Amino acid sequence: MTISFYLNKQLTEIDVEDGSTPLLWVLRDTLNAKGTKFGCGKAACGACTVLIDGQAVRSCVYPIQLIEEKQVTTIEGLGNPEHPHPVQIAWQEEIVPQCGYCQPGFIMATAGLLNENPNPTDDDIDNAITNVCRCGTYYRMRKAIHKAASLTQDESTSEETTELETKSAE
Amino acid sequence: MMAKTGKISRRKFVVGGALGTLGVVSLGTILFRNPIRRKIYEQVGAMDNISYLGEGVEPMLWFEITENNLIKLYSPKVEMGQGTFTGMAQIAADELNFPVEDIQVEHAASASGNLDAFSTGGSTSIASLWQPLRELSATFRVMLQEQAAKQWGVPSGEIEMREGTAYHQDKTKTYAEIASVTKVWDVPDTPELKPVSDYAYVGKPIPRVDLKAKVFGDPIFGMDAEMPNMLFGTVLRPTQIGARLVSLDKSEILDMPGITSVVEEEEFTAIVGRSAHEVLRAKQQAKVNWEVDEEWTSARIKSMLEVGKGKEALIQKQGRDVETDNQTLELAFRTPIGAHAQLEPNAVVADYKENQITLKIATQVVALTRKEVAKATGIDEDDINVIPTFLGGGFGRRLHTPHAVHAVLMSKAVGKPVKYFFTRQEEFQHDMFRPPTHHILKAELNNEGGIEAVRHDFCSGDVAVDAALLPPVLNHILGADVGAMRGALCQYGAIENIRTVAWHVDLPFATSWWRSLGLLANTFAWESFMDELALKTKQNPLEFRIQHIQDDLAGQRLKAVIQKVGEISGYQDKVVDGVAYGFAASTDAGTPCAQVVKLSKEGNQIKVHKVFCVMDPGLSVNPDQVKAQCEGAIIMGLSASLFEKMEVEEGALTPTIYGPYQMTTLKTAPRDIEVVLLQGIDQPGPVGEPPLGPIGAALGNAIRRLTGERPTNMPFNLS
Repeated sequence: MTISFYLNKQLTEIDVEDGSTPLLWVLRDTLNAKGTKFGCGKAACGACTVLIDGQAVRSCVYPIQLIEEKQVTTIEGLGNPEHPHPVQIAWQEEIVPQCGYCQPGFIMATAGLLNENPNPTDDDIDNAITNVCRCGTYYRMRKAIHKAASLTQDESTSEETTELETKSAE
Repeated sequence: MMAKTGKISRRKFVVGGALGTLGVVSLGTILFRNPIRRKIYEQVGAMDNISYLGEGVEPMLWFEITENNLIKLYSPKVEMGQGTFTGMAQIAADELNFPVEDIQVEHAASASGNLDAFSTGGSTSIASLWQPLRELSATFRVMLQEQAAKQWGVPSGEIEMREGTAYHQDKTKTYAEIASVTKVWDVPDTPELKPVSDYAYVGKPIPRVDLKAKVFGDPIFGMDAEMPNMLFGTVLRPTQIGARLVSLDKSEILDMPGITSVVEEEEFTAIVGRSAHEVLRAKQQAKVNWEVDEEWTSARIKSMLEVGKGKEALIQKQGRDVETDNQTLELAFRTPIGAHAQLEPNAVVADYKENQITLKIATQVVALTRKEVAKATGIDEDDINVIPTFLGGGFGRRLHTPHAVHAVLMSKAVGKPVKYFFTRQEEFQHDMFRPPTHHILKAELNNEGGIEAVRHDFCSGDVAVDAALLPPVLNHILGADVGAMRGALCQYGAIENIRTVAWHVDLPFATSWWRSLGLLANTFAWESFMDELALKTKQNPLEFRIQHIQDDLAGQRLKAVIQKVGEISGYQDKVVDGVAYGFAASTDAGTPCAQVVKLSKEGNQIKVHKVFCVMDPGLSVNPDQVKAQCEGAIIMGLSASLFEKMEVEEGALTPTIYGPYQMTTLKTAPRDIEVVLLQGIDQPGPVGEPPLGPIGAALGNAIRRLTGERPTNMPFNLS
């Protein structure tokens, strides 16, 4: 079957034989967007988190057949070194990553949280961000999440975020 | 390292070579000796442009200057989050007089010759590279300076080397410009190194050099590695311990969509196909019969693993043993089987050609991996190029990567490159676990409330014993497992009478290196026991420790971290407003570390408010990354102490997924961690593992003070 969706705002068409193929593998191996990580394959760790229509989703259990017409944002589309997303700015300022493998998932989960809740409390963060990091970067991550929230509010932010906010508000 | 003075054109230096794959031109490459004979290929591009003296001199590729005046630094150590690349860039920049942001650190492929003969592990990377990397960098800088002198026809001493450029009066030349026209290099004696106080980068908390790659999702990991036309492979693995494959329905597997081959080797059977999803699905659906001789259970493992069972070794003897009649206190402790649970599953891409093998792999052991592939294929080690990737967590999980051989044999069987990675279930069931441990501590107290005699007996499964990484002659010291005994010895040298006895038991599943090896378990036992002795004698636990520490340099450094953590934490030896403090200290690989945990109870849950950590790793090349290692170790240790546990049920290791294998998350991680670094010695010491020592005991000691109950089994059961 042919499925079309928007990957980082680009209209993307793919042919798949099996509609149950997880979005994760299509992103990584068909579309070569390898920033989205395989961690567990069972939505238990969050390494594969992407935004679908602005909401954080674990792509390792998301069947590709449900993606038709939707907006998918991955770490590659969230921002780049020239135009970083506020979460990516905060992540750099707090020097969060160690091994780095889980970080795109956390960054996407945080972007999704801020779309819904621009000024989360510590408890909001605890309840919303349940990804796993083995290096134990949580202490810096929490600081980065708060910083990203204040950056988002200060700047009224970049184009991407505004658009995603609008999208999720619809 | 560079003892001789003289012109060594084409001996230790190489000029030229296009790095086609990266699209940059290498103008200068410095090569140093490698004890093993090795060819250089791939790494420096076109062989025509490269020459070096082969006979008896083996070059190692360290630096490369690119056309646009960047320096590539090829690291023999892998980056797994510990920050080694950043520390190396800082050290090199200061002796090269080069901007740190223009140094690009990359993994050295094994074919470049810059091969760590052992491993990346044991908290040794920066400590071991400190001297040689400064010497290499300083030598390279002087070589460039002398070339600039020749090119300008001025005395070398009049040239200033600054920020990657040579200056003489109004003339300038970048390092790249100097290297690009140099044909013959003078290699000087190792120049005098700068005093540390003159360094601009060493000692500064500069951001990690891999920060951008990791924040913008660059494909840098083993899981991300690819080769043209590659297929995907997966090995059939049993769920039960010790199970053997009896039969499988091969034709049914081959009929599944996307599957191209079933590869049957003596050691394993694998499914190969065109996509990850299809081979994983085929594996899930495959009808496979396994056979097992014996169904293991947690209860059986526990009964096997006890002090008094297995092989005994006396590893510490000072004065006499504890006399039973005078014994004042005895406590027993247990720790469970622990999983590595690193986020990136083990992954490798292998390409087998008739006389040449290329591997891209996340491994902590490049040399061992190459050796094992050579052994399995009969191909010469010189013809096997192992290209390390960034590691999505190491923690000791990748100190043996035998799946490299599986991928190579799959590639050989199908005639194409094959990518192979573990599923999460396989990571949990076929991990090389942290072994369970059992400890018994006994002490005699004297009339002054001091310790007259103390004895620690501990029993563990393998850590270093039978590890592929170590030759058998090295993995025992005094007949004990060198890994299991990390942290087992008494660090309180002022006690007159000490015994430590190791007991070693063979378990039916693989156990091995887990960050800090025996340190977490041994320190949990030792420091919980010391705390109980302090309580029994009604003494402040920090002062109680200090009075038993000997007065040598190690003792002074240990006392200093204990005193400092008392100061910054405002340690209170009583519960104040429902908040309790717990203290513990350890010395690992020469690095002392002291921690205080501040916690309270919320309902039935322990709430850790803050952890204070004072460590003395010597000179901190990057204090921010040393602190990051402390923060990470604290969280990993809290996770192991409060939550983590593998069980054996119906013959299978379980759980097999995050969640059921409970770990610290944002919700349960302390919201505040304060780290203070002391510097008791001039050079860098071990960093990555020592801060995992005290945390379990510090947590348990706080719980003991809060609840009156002494946690003796990890993970602590708080209900």
